Amino acid sequence: MMMNFILSIAIWTPISLGILLLILQKNLSEKIIYKLGNIFGLIAFLITIPLYIFFDTTYSGFQFQEIAPWISHFSIQYHLGLDGISLPLVMLTSLITWLVIFISSNSISRSLGSYIASFLILSGLMIGVFLALDAILYYVFWEAMLIPMFLLIGVWGGPNRVYATIKFFLYTVLGSLLMLVAFIYLFNQTGSFSIIDFYSKQLSLNAQVLLFVAFFMAFAVKIPMWPVHTWLPDAHVEAPTGGSVILAAIMLKLGAYSFIRFAMPIAPDGLLLLKPYLIAISLIAIVYIALVAIVQTDMKKLIAYSSISHMGFVTLGLFMLNPLGFEGGYVQMISHGFISAALFFSIGVLYDRMHTREIKDYGGIINSMPVFGSFFVLFAMANSGLPGTSGFVGEFLVILGAMQENFWIAFLAALTLIFGATYSLWLVKRIIFGVVKNKKIAGLVDLNAKEFFVMSTLAGLTLIIGIYPALITDITNQSSIVMLELIQQSKI
Amino acid sequence: MLTNILTVALPEIIILISAMSVLLLGVFFKNKNATSLFGITQLTLLIAAYFTSQLPIESKLLAFNDMFVADSLSLYLKLLSYFGLSLVLIYSRDYLLKKNLLNGEFFSLVLFALLGINLIISSYHLLTLYMGIELLSLSLYTLVAIDRKRQEATEAAMKYFILGAVASGFLLYGFSMLYGITGSLYLNEISQQIGITEANPMILSFALVFVTVGIAFKFGAAPFQLWVPDVYQGSSTPITMFIGSIPKFASVAMLVRLLYQTLDHLVMDWQLMLLVMAITSMLLGNITAIAQTKIKRLLAYSTISHVGFMLLGLATGAITGISAALFYIATYVLMTLASFGLILCLSNQRGDIDKISDLSGLAKDQPWLAFLLLIIFLSLAGIPPTIGFYAKFSIIQATLQFGWIWPAVVAVMSALIGIYYYLRMIKIAYFDEAIKATKPSKSVHSELNLTLTMNVIALIILGLFPSTLMEIATLTSALIF
Repeated sequence: MMMNFILSIAIWTPISLGILLLILQKNLSEKIIYKLGNIFGLIAFLITIPLYIFFDTTYSGFQFQEIAPWISHFSIQYHLGLDGISLPLVMLTSLITWLVIFISSNSISRSLGSYIASFLILSGLMIGVFLALDAILYYVFWEAMLIPMFLLIGVWGGPNRVYATIKFFLYTVLGSLLMLVAFIYLFNQTGSFSIIDFYSKQLSLNAQVLLFVAFFMAFAVKIPMWPVHTWLPDAHVEAPTGGSVILAAIMLKLGAYSFIRFAMPIAPDGLLLLKPYLIAISLIAIVYIALVAIVQTDMKKLIAYSSISHMGFVTLGLFMLNPLGFEGGYVQMISHGFISAALFFSIGVLYDRMHTREIKDYGGIINSMPVFGSFFVLFAMANSGLPGTSGFVGEFLVILGAMQENFWIAFLAALTLIFGATYSLWLVKRIIFGVVKNKKIAGLVDLNAKEFFVMSTLAGLTLIIGIYPALITDITNQSSIVMLELIQQSKI
Repeated sequence: MLTNILTVALPEIIILISAMSVLLLGVFFKNKNATSLFGITQLTLLIAAYFTSQLPIESKLLAFNDMFVADSLSLYLKLLSYFGLSLVLIYSRDYLLKKNLLNGEFFSLVLFALLGINLIISSYHLLTLYMGIELLSLSLYTLVAIDRKRQEATEAAMKYFILGAVASGFLLYGFSMLYGITGSLYLNEISQQIGITEANPMILSFALVFVTVGIAFKFGAAPFQLWVPDVYQGSSTPITMFIGSIPKFASVAMLVRLLYQTLDHLVMDWQLMLLVMAITSMLLGNITAIAQTKIKRLLAYSTISHVGFMLLGLATGAITGISAALFYIATYVLMTLASFGLILCLSNQRGDIDKISDLSGLAKDQPWLAFLLLIIFLSLAGIPPTIGFYAKFSIIQATLQFGWIWPAVVAVMSALIGIYYYLRMIKIAYFDEAIKATKPSKSVHSELNLTLTMNVIALIILGLFPSTLMEIATLTSALIF
């Protein structure tokens, strides 16, 4: 009985727990709110575990499907389903959300209850995006998700938070409104909003190109791809630590996931026509943004640009349309989820102690915080793609895929291994090593138990996936084969 | 015959009797017992709603020598009007009581305006229609000026009166040309005559343009929107709330009656006019709203852009377009009432709210009202999961179904501009520090707060389950013809 609604439970539990926390917070002290929020976060994580346990990796279609009529006038259904492409992302979402809540009491001083509740609601909505199989249901989750994030950056953010959060909101909405037009166009063609019906619809090349462009506007902003990436550094710099973590680890993946789910299989011929441009844009993101990252003086901004560069790898892998690239792009998505989360957590750890993000204010951290230093070095290495960490697997597969396509694409993509190492290691050199800059740094306290737990969890996952990537690829394998077949078929 | 009139027009008769008796009773009650007048008016609305709902939705009932019609459209719009007016009265009671304006005249004028709205909605004859328009307009001019001590109000009323009179003149001129061509004032006969006779295309097109301009004036659509911001700003908030909400039902009905039912053979001609007006209204309304510093002016421009959306649906000339517009108007009124209700709620507690910056620091003072503000403005902006999203959604669906891809894209882009200034309101309420020290709220008007909360919850509930209202709107529009 419970199994029939396992997906709805995964979506609505965090949302209702978040609302419950909002209602309860008035009469509770901060400490109890934190404990309660932590328990809620853990519950929201634990209820997604059955998805992993009962998932059938040999089956390529959608599992645990739920269908109920919702808005019958437009034949919109409440249709959920899970496949190999959404499962790892759902797990990532619930895990990272819990970690964010777990560490929240360190950096947030006011209205902690609303802060935690926002993350719980956000997590439910993001899981909804990954599970929805009806375009409008998907769209509702996609847009509703902006509201908690808007408030998270706007209320708990840095000095320039209002500018950043409005920019974030408007950029995202600009794209998604065009996506809505595309959905309605598809509805008028097929008479349904079901994604599965969209897949089988024959469309003219002209329509496919327009559809792909509309989808591209929505998802490219979210990923973000060059040249619509400018909202991300602003949002990251102003967001509180937790907001940055969720933004980098999960929200960016929504864009890439949506490319796989919508744009690519619905308009495959449009994709094929635009493929050279898409690859070019991805390469610009990889090379140019990595160069931009090198010269940053604010460490959060540096990691934000590094995120864009890494997401360029994801899109490059996906748009190459070969199995190696696809797999590589996907693994890179998950791996970046862990590594970027870890890096933003690390910056949060430093910021909570020093209240500055300027790189020049740091130096010689390793002397006062040896444990933190080792973690930071590990994550920076993983970020630059060191073999044995998850960062390597994805980049390696994407470069192999690129090699099948064209030597020069592979060459340019591989440049990032040098640039990535440059900005990551230089950052490490300036922050972690060197002489102790000032008295404040000499007096820093090393990681507390909570921080240690979060760091070691993420470090463990980075290493496990780096050594045994089949943990992810086994899940995605069947679904990605089917998806690639769908993408490679002409639909004219 | 009399029984026929009694069944078809009974709600209007009740409203008329009540409007006159409220005026009379007001003289005796003075201000002491305004509550009983309030009760009488609400009771009138309830009774009128009961008798209206008794009418069959499927059939077209005619009365007064076929000059008055009761069909699905009138049923839908009238019921919404009663409901909307009832909410307006609840929201404005405390505010008007404080300003000493809650008297017999107010209730009488409001009821006469409602009667005018009902007449427009039910008109099947150009004279009935014109009578309804004048009854509504004259009541509204007076309502704007009812706070006669305020200079602003008098000025606004004057502006409204002059421009309104010009619009009525346009309409009347168009009507006379139609009469000249077809020899009839009955809507269905005019339609038939235009279909069979070879009328002089010049006169016909002049008639069409005059009629359309008249409708656009009453709607407040660009480029005939000039009166909207001034009247919104000049009137006291309850009156603005009234003008901004219920009369729009009459405007929609007027458009459907005149363009769809009378000039249906000229659809190719008015379609383009409506499309141009729709796009101008959306862009002008949304872009100009960005520059506003006063809340009521901002809402006025926001109204213009919403009117643009409705016109876009109506411009398609298709049933889906009407049903989308009927759905839109219902949600629009619900959202407008909530937004003005919020302003009234705040005005009662923090003193008159005029500038947008008066909202600053609201989230700290009154987190619940700030949350309601968040939902209301997200709904106006059309962000799911609120009802405003489905309103825009169904309009865009109708537009795309008609094959207008670029108008749909323009509509979506103008909605994006709209999101910017709605977000700015949320930003001011949530992120800005309070500029002026706010007095601690004196008395908490629990009844008002409760109504507002229910209204906002309706925005969300309808946003999650919009199916029923959509079905009703579709059924209504399918049964019109």
